[in-house]
Amino acid sequence: MTTITRKQQNPTAHLTPEDIEAIGAELDAIRQEVLDSRGERDARYIRTMVDVQRKLELGSRAVLLFSALPPAWLVGTAGLSVAKILENMEIGHNVMHGQWDWMRDPKIHSTSWEWDNASPSEGWKHSHNQIHHTYTNIVGKDNDLGYGIMRVDEDQRWHPRFLVQPLWNFINACIFEYGIAAYDLDLGRNLRKPKGDRAAGMKDPEFQRRAKQTLAKIRRQATKDYVVHPLLSAPTGSLLPTLAANATANLVRNLWSHSVIMCGHFPEGVETFELASIPDKETRGEWYLRQMLGSANISGSKAMHIMTGNLSHQIEHHLFPDLPSNRYAEVAPKVKAVFEKYDLNYCSRPLVPQVYSAWHKVFRLSLPNGWLETTNKRNLPSQLKLLYKLATGDRKTRRVLTRALEMKAKAQQKYVAAA
Amino acid sequence: MSSTSFSAPFLVRSAQRGRLRRRLRAVADAAVTPLSIDDVLDSFHPLRSGTDLRGKIVSVEPETADAATIVIKPGRDWFGHEPGQYVQVGVDVDGVRLWRCYSLTHGPRADGNISITVKAIPGGVVSHHLVHEARPGQLVHLQQAAGDFVLPMPIPQQLLMVTAGSGITPVIGMLRNLFSKAHRPDVDITLVHVNQAEPHSIFKDELRAHAAAGHLRLIEHFDDRDGLLDLARLESLVPDIGLRAAYACGPSGLLDALEEWYDERGLSLNTERFRPALLAPDGAAGEGGTVAFADGTVVDADGATPILDAAESAGVLMPSGCRMGICMGCVLPMKEGAVRDLRNGEITVAVPGETAPGGVKIQTCISAAAGDCHLDH
Repeated sequence: MTTITRKQQNPTAHLTPEDIEAIGAELDAIRQEVLDSRGERDARYIRTMVDVQRKLELGSRAVLLFSALPPAWLVGTAGLSVAKILENMEIGHNVMHGQWDWMRDPKIHSTSWEWDNASPSEGWKHSHNQIHHTYTNIVGKDNDLGYGIMRVDEDQRWHPRFLVQPLWNFINACIFEYGIAAYDLDLGRNLRKPKGDRAAGMKDPEFQRRAKQTLAKIRRQATKDYVVHPLLSAPTGSLLPTLAANATANLVRNLWSHSVIMCGHFPEGVETFELASIPDKETRGEWYLRQMLGSANISGSKAMHIMTGNLSHQIEHHLFPDLPSNRYAEVAPKVKAVFEKYDLNYCSRPLVPQVYSAWHKVFRLSLPNGWLETTNKRNLPSQLKLLYKLATGDRKTRRVLTRALEMKAKAQQKYVAAA
Repeated sequence: MSSTSFSAPFLVRSAQRGRLRRRLRAVADAAVTPLSIDDVLDSFHPLRSGTDLRGKIVSVEPETADAATIVIKPGRDWFGHEPGQYVQVGVDVDGVRLWRCYSLTHGPRADGNISITVKAIPGGVVSHHLVHEARPGQLVHLQQAAGDFVLPMPIPQQLLMVTAGSGITPVIGMLRNLFSKAHRPDVDITLVHVNQAEPHSIFKDELRAHAAAGHLRLIEHFDDRDGLLDLARLESLVPDIGLRAAYACGPSGLLDALEEWYDERGLSLNTERFRPALLAPDGAAGEGGTVAFADGTVVDADGATPILDAAESAGVLMPSGCRMGICMGCVLPMKEGAVRDLRNGEITVAVPGETAPGGVKIQTCISAAAGDCHLDH
């Protein structure tokens, strides 16, 4: 994708400023409808969810005390994986968004919730709620666009290191909770700084405090899954099976949440934005419009929605991050009607195509712009040679070659269009 | 008690037991982190000791058409109470936890339960919920009993009690306690019980029975029958009023007038008020106001500016985040006051004693003052 202002066809070009404010008013009305009817039913939903999750986790861990028996291992691991996914997605993520703050229950509140994840809630709330949700899909501002380690937009300059980004993405998926923890600490950015600045950044007392907090959280999390529960299982000879079960459950949770989150903003069809094109005082309507175009949904069953923490309704979530998650499905048809009314693209696909689409982009953008388009069976050897040159050449060579490649792709596109 | 009265082995054993318990707890907490073992146990036994104080509704017994007595089994950590004291009750009404104070209407009971008697006031969401919607088995949240509206020890020989409407509730607690004792103390009690009309009178049968048995002198006053209570008549109703230790509970109007009456005569009066003076009463929220912080700083905030901006421009160090109501990075507890949500005009009110003890958490970035506010920050 390319930021919308650099596209040949800006998908918002047909909207007048009045249209944009009208969209804002319509979405505000949808939000208000939910606020007005929010009550007992919603409270019961989240309380039941928390209760079910806790009992599922306890039950699964109890079964894993006997995980030397293969059926127990299977049942316990599956249960624990589901419990961890529910805790992170439908409960933790949404509670920390303040979706349930209106209940005034100090036990289910954005300011007091801590989740079953390596990243402490405080750091996560900052990088996710504040940076990502405010600056959604603004290239250079929203670090969720590739987490600073990947190229997920044509407008991000290509570098040879991106050739291995599919591998990075896979590794990140496996250790996702640690990836998020490092990301919330801004560790990547710090490490990329010149040595002097890096040392200064590391010495910053605020950074040190947060690093210490993160390490303490990681230690507690690891002690639980890899020491306490395996030891409790030792009397039945289940020490190692429990250790493996907990590692598996964490892996499953990591792969699942990574996939769901990739689907939110990476699939083809999701728009990105140039920082320079965002007005200093973005109006509510303009902000809504950016959220509408910058997110993608996953269509599927009710169970799938719950397991994704209703992030399958990513569009609705980005429009109304503080509405209770159980209401997203309900407002989705109304939101979709607004998209249709103003002729905007409501990006939604089932899980598998959406994950495929996101991965396709990761692979496509690991290559320089235009390379894939200009490559066919016949010219593959020469294209590979070109890629080798690009990967090994200095910055100047790279610039010249990528520009040539982009020109060639454009010319080819014109030729195809003309034909 | 000095520790020397314990034998050495006992001390060693109890110290060991304490250490063992701490270790077990540490292991249990490590096994359920980021929760604590308390969070987990609460799912199974919300009334156990060592957790937040809660209670389970045992029964809801109608008293009049719009009043009911709610009997509650309190959690193990309930310290007990003295008759006349009140308890703060947190109830989830339509999903929202709201706190109100209610007088305890029994002395300490043999079954260990506590009771409150609630009158559904017009527009009162909590009182309406408790009288008409509450069901046995429902959990409520509690604070320890509080209040100094209690009879002194020894109990004065002569008492005057003036109650109006649900103002009878702390007094009935005192009376039940006195009259349930095996040796009923020798106290001469006059009770002036004011109600709008006879059907509204809570506990009237019980009070009349006590009067008939000679336990107390009951003066029932019904506004529809007798007109508004004229304090000028009080002396003729209770001739020895000056000799009686006086206790009054009811609406502020009556209490203010009574206090004035007693002050003029240089007599002392004990009162119990149900609602503290409101900074910004519900529905009558104003535009703008002052925002006071825990360190004593007071900031003027108009009705169109987020409290966050107003406080920051006055130099207060505030937590902040997205500044558009999304990230919850700016949330602070409001102990008292009213704010307006700048996005939809919704008013949030915090009243000490009625809203959560820690205050109501508000997003300062999208809330403007709608009256004077106290923020705990």
